[in-house]
Amino acid sequence: MKRLALLALIAASPTFAQDTSPAKLIAGYEAQSGKAADPAAGRAFYLAAHGTGKPETPSCTTCHTKSPKASGQTRVGKVIDPLAPSANRARFTDSAKVEKWFGRNCDSVLGRACTAAEKANLIAWLASL
Amino acid sequence: MKALTTVAIALLVGAAPVHADGDWIRPVTHAATQEECGACHMAYPAGFLPARSWSAIMGDLENHFGENAQLDEATRAEIEAYLVSNASKGFRLSVFSTPPIKISELRWFKHEHSHEVSSAMMRKAKSFSNCAACHRGAEQGYFDDD
Repeated sequence: MKRLALLALIAASPTFAQDTSPAKLIAGYEAQSGKAADPAAGRAFYLAAHGTGKPETPSCTTCHTKSPKASGQTRVGKVIDPLAPSANRARFTDSAKVEKWFGRNCDSVLGRACTAAEKANLIAWLASL
Repeated sequence: MKALTTVAIALLVGAAPVHADGDWIRPVTHAATQEECGACHMAYPAGFLPARSWSAIMGDLENHFGENAQLDEATRAEIEAYLVSNASKGFRLSVFSTPPIKISELRWFKHEHSHEVSSAMMRKAKSFSNCAACHRGAEQGYFDDD
């Protein structure tokens, strides 16, 4: 009974939606872009100093650091769990969360939405780490 | 007389919202507010700002202190409704041309932090946004001088 209640809680919690996986997301974005994911391009994209969005966030690394297997930090010091699925199993398992953060962060860093190809490349690189 | 003095002091420092029980203020009890605001920073108590400040903040999440923090409309509206209905009412005493949106620039906040924050504490906290670095009970609403 207790376990049932716990399962119900996990199912209801938005952070544990677990409706997708890195592989499914990559496949979905590849289908949208019509191109195979390129992990090397994803790495370059992640490490680049874009500087075309908001001045406070010129790069992904501003908050997520240069090593996605490590924890990052928001601009006010709150810990961000690692982006690499090998270091954080919950990463890229909730499609609404993934789209929410791409929506926000691509605008903050690039000043525009990310393309499906950029999303596929990035997740492919992070999933390879 | 004591009540009068309290009101006078509140006016003087910009209507400090920390009222009632010492340095306790009702923490965020609303799940979506805790989840969404708390993803990047502590979910600040609704009583830290007046209603129109929360409306201004929640109406411009695309430009949220240097970042895009947009939400789907249903969640955004739900959080705004919670913050507005639990906002500070003391600020009616103050006249702002535009609603204040930065808690750390409010007079009561500056007054509370004017002499007690050393540079070492500031380095540790990184920013005034990081309440719990010094106020260990902040998430529970306790902001006493610890």
